[in-house]
Amino acid sequence: MTAATKPFIVNRMPGFGTMAIAVFLMLYLPISLLIIFSFNERESLAVWGGFSWRWYEAAWQNRDIKDAAFRSLWLAGFAATIATAAATLAAIATTRGKPFLGMTTVYAVINMPLMVPEIVTAVALLIFFAWIKVATGYTGAAYLVAAHAAFCVPFAYLPIRARLESMDATLEVAAADLYASPWQAFRRITLPLLWPGIIAGFMLAFVISLDDVVITEHIKSAGMETLPTYMLGQLRRSMSPEVNAVSAIFFLLSVVLVTFFFFLNRKK
Amino acid sequence: MTAAREVSEAAERRDVRNRWYLTAPALIIIMLAAIGPLFIMVVYSFLGKGDYGGVTAAFSTDAWFGVLLERDIFDDTLGFADAHMIIFWRSVRLAGVTTILTLLLGFPTAYFITTRPEKQRDIWLFLVTIPFWTNLLIRTFAIQELIRRDGIINNVLTGLGIVDEPLQMLNTDFAIGLGMVYVYLPLMVLPIYASMEKLDFRMVEAGYDLYAGRLAVLRRIIIPLVKPGIIAGSILVFIPALGAYVAPALLGGGRNMMISNLISLQFGQGRNWPLGAALSITLMAIVMVALLVYVRNASRSSARAH
Amino acid sequence: MVSAAAVEAKNVTKIFGVGQDGVRALDRVSVTIRENEFFTLLGPSGCGKTTLLRLIAGFDFPTEGEILLYGQDIAPLPPYKRPVNTVFQNYSLFPHMTVGQNIGFGLEMLGKPKAEVDARVTEMLRLVRMEELRNRKTSQISGGQQQRVALARALAPQPKVLLLDEPLSALDYKLRKDMQIELKRLQNETGITFIFVTHDQEEALTMSDRIAVMSKGHILQVGSPREIYDHPAERFVANFIGETNFLKGDVAGIAGGKADVRLAGGTAVAATLPEGFAPNGGVTVVIRPEHAQVAPAGGRATLNGTVENVVYFGTDTHIHLRLDEGGEFIVRQQNSRDRPVTVVQGDKAGVLIGDNVAQVLRD
Repeated sequence: MTAATKPFIVNRMPGFGTMAIAVFLMLYLPISLLIIFSFNERESLAVWGGFSWRWYEAAWQNRDIKDAAFRSLWLAGFAATIATAAATLAAIATTRGKPFLGMTTVYAVINMPLMVPEIVTAVALLIFFAWIKVATGYTGAAYLVAAHAAFCVPFAYLPIRARLESMDATLEVAAADLYASPWQAFRRITLPLLWPGIIAGFMLAFVISLDDVVITEHIKSAGMETLPTYMLGQLRRSMSPEVNAVSAIFFLLSVVLVTFFFFLNRKK
Repeated sequence: MTAAREVSEAAERRDVRNRWYLTAPALIIIMLAAIGPLFIMVVYSFLGKGDYGGVTAAFSTDAWFGVLLERDIFDDTLGFADAHMIIFWRSVRLAGVTTILTLLLGFPTAYFITTRPEKQRDIWLFLVTIPFWTNLLIRTFAIQELIRRDGIINNVLTGLGIVDEPLQMLNTDFAIGLGMVYVYLPLMVLPIYASMEKLDFRMVEAGYDLYAGRLAVLRRIIIPLVKPGIIAGSILVFIPALGAYVAPALLGGGRNMMISNLISLQFGQGRNWPLGAALSITLMAIVMVALLVYVRNASRSSARAH
Repeated sequence: MVSAAAVEAKNVTKIFGVGQDGVRALDRVSVTIRENEFFTLLGPSGCGKTTLLRLIAGFDFPTEGEILLYGQDIAPLPPYKRPVNTVFQNYSLFPHMTVGQNIGFGLEMLGKPKAEVDARVTEMLRLVRMEELRNRKTSQISGGQQQRVALARALAPQPKVLLLDEPLSALDYKLRKDMQIELKRLQNETGITFIFVTHDQEEALTMSDRIAVMSKGHILQVGSPREIYDHPAERFVANFIGETNFLKGDVAGIAGGKADVRLAGGTAVAATLPEGFAPNGGVTVVIRPEHAQVAPAGGRATLNGTVENVVYFGTDTHIHLRLDEGGEFIVRQQNSRDRPVTVVQGDKAGVLIGDNVAQVLRD
């Protein structure tokens, strides 16, 4: 067909489709290669030498990796739980009833960690925690939990607040009209309807905690490596297909989480 | 008759107090482990530097001079701190280039997704969301693998005889830029898509109906209407790109630092905490200016929409 | 039979916001709603009718004044301790519960034993004729069915007063007609006092025992539908409900609750006066279009003019006249085979006004 006889399609912009496909290829090519080569028999990240599980086995045997992975998971679990609980309460307070004096301040404080560059938070915490360490002598994991919980709060807050805002507030009024006390109305009406938001908030917080490398890198005590800080250390030194294997597993985890998140938000 | 007013006022006071209690845990966590320490850092930037890290308890503005100036070790004269200037300039330039490139790539992608049939749209959106949720370190690592000296790209290029020698891509500014574009692209696509999804495509039809060509429709109708999304996406890319730490650390080698790496260095080998604190505050000031510009633009374009 | 007062509002004022920006949603409103009656608050949006309802339910507090429920001040009671229930405008059914669970919710909250709740839910489902939908999710039933569930849910705890906030506004015309009859039936069967809020005059006229017409935070007139329609006391009431002709005139004399009003054209009509109102000088008289007839010009005609327009409406025809003394007058004539409308545009015609149809406005 020549250009002259082509029908005019209103919604199309020439070249945009090609560009978008290129973008999707670009998004997936590097990560796909990384996963493919995590199954490489040879110790090369460019030359294929046959399929093998050896790097997964090596990663599994590696004590440091296992420790770091375990630490990352419980840290994310703890921090996300604290952040989600705090964010849920704050979201209820800021979406129900009339706006009160100081509410904009509350918004600003809750969203502040999103605006401060990670490195700034990281070194500020380094200074602050160094101080506490000297004062108390405590060098445990509570520093990591506190820091992660703090920067996870705004991420947990967003979906919970969105859910509360899209929820019909007259449902709670209707419950009160039908003799439900404020606590009963919350437990029987608000909470069941809010669950998807809370789970979404928790998952987002969990992933954000798992993703963090900058803050953890600066405030961790000796021997407190998380998986990202361990990998950063390895990547700075030399390449190792072991890290590929760990990355591939990490990627799979994100795919599972996003899929879950997606269906959670779709089903209404 | 004031009884009614008293009852209603008491109820309102009780409600406000309860809501403060509810926000307290979130506020305390954030003040304690995110915002509060920033104030301590401001104090630190005005103290003297300790010999092995830390600070001395004496007021000093050395750190603030050190952000821009440096004292010559031989004749003790002040000059511009060239190393810092280069790093600041590289950070701003790379963040700017990353923002522009992600916009150029992200806008058509968002447009493409928006114009898919409704059922397909979710799948495309899903494909943008997955990288967004994937660990940043892993995505940066994937780029590192791709462009290293013995990586796939060089293998293909030399194999096809396009180049004789493997190209040095890793440890350059190019590598940092590439990595950041790759990593931050979803942050540009998602907000633009969110704006564009709300766009009423009958307006595009009206544009064509009134004799606008494709370019005119794009320039005069679509772009102005999705401007909030473009601005939001730009800010979401620019700010983390400016403070990027992982991309320069993995792709820039030790020498091609950005601000974040420079700050980090002061708390490590540099052992100059006050300078690190002063640099941090400088970075935050740049970010705040960018945010202010955003807020002003956003409120202006929303004012126009009403 | 004089029934007890179910709800009494005494000098109730509600101001939203503070200071200069405060909006006076209700301004010293006093009204008494009797036991077992179907009482309607009628008015345009923003007149304060929903605010009054919310004050009775306890969702808002009055700024001034008090509300009594069977003689008791309910100000200290939160909504969940008031024996009144509400049917919400958008129904507000709980989306995560079944139809049955929704209906039983109030009784459950009151701590009633499960068997009693179940029995009552069954009874309510039968009352609204939805027995077979008990285990459906509320999102799986139609708008009309949701409406019935909302009604059943609010009636299940046997409230002393049922509040209905424009419950029919989301339904289409046909369904709305059916529900009007259904609501009236439910009110008769349950004997519960209904307070119904609407902006739809037809709804108010067909269902209510008494209507309070509201505007800008005030109650302008309270009365039976017939009183409100035939004898509007205020210009707003006359205008808001039905179509009306307004005529200027002067009071020539008052006798037995009626005024002898001399109209601008020179003829006189006997017009009913609002209670306790004895004007002298200029007044406005209203006449409903269907209470007048077209007659040959001159002769017995009260008013004379020229036909400007004849509009056919199926059941009736509207004849628009330009009066000789100025102003417009509309006559609505029912279409019948024996007495077809014969006037056409441009004809000279007169208007006959009966003895009991003119009403003087209080303004």
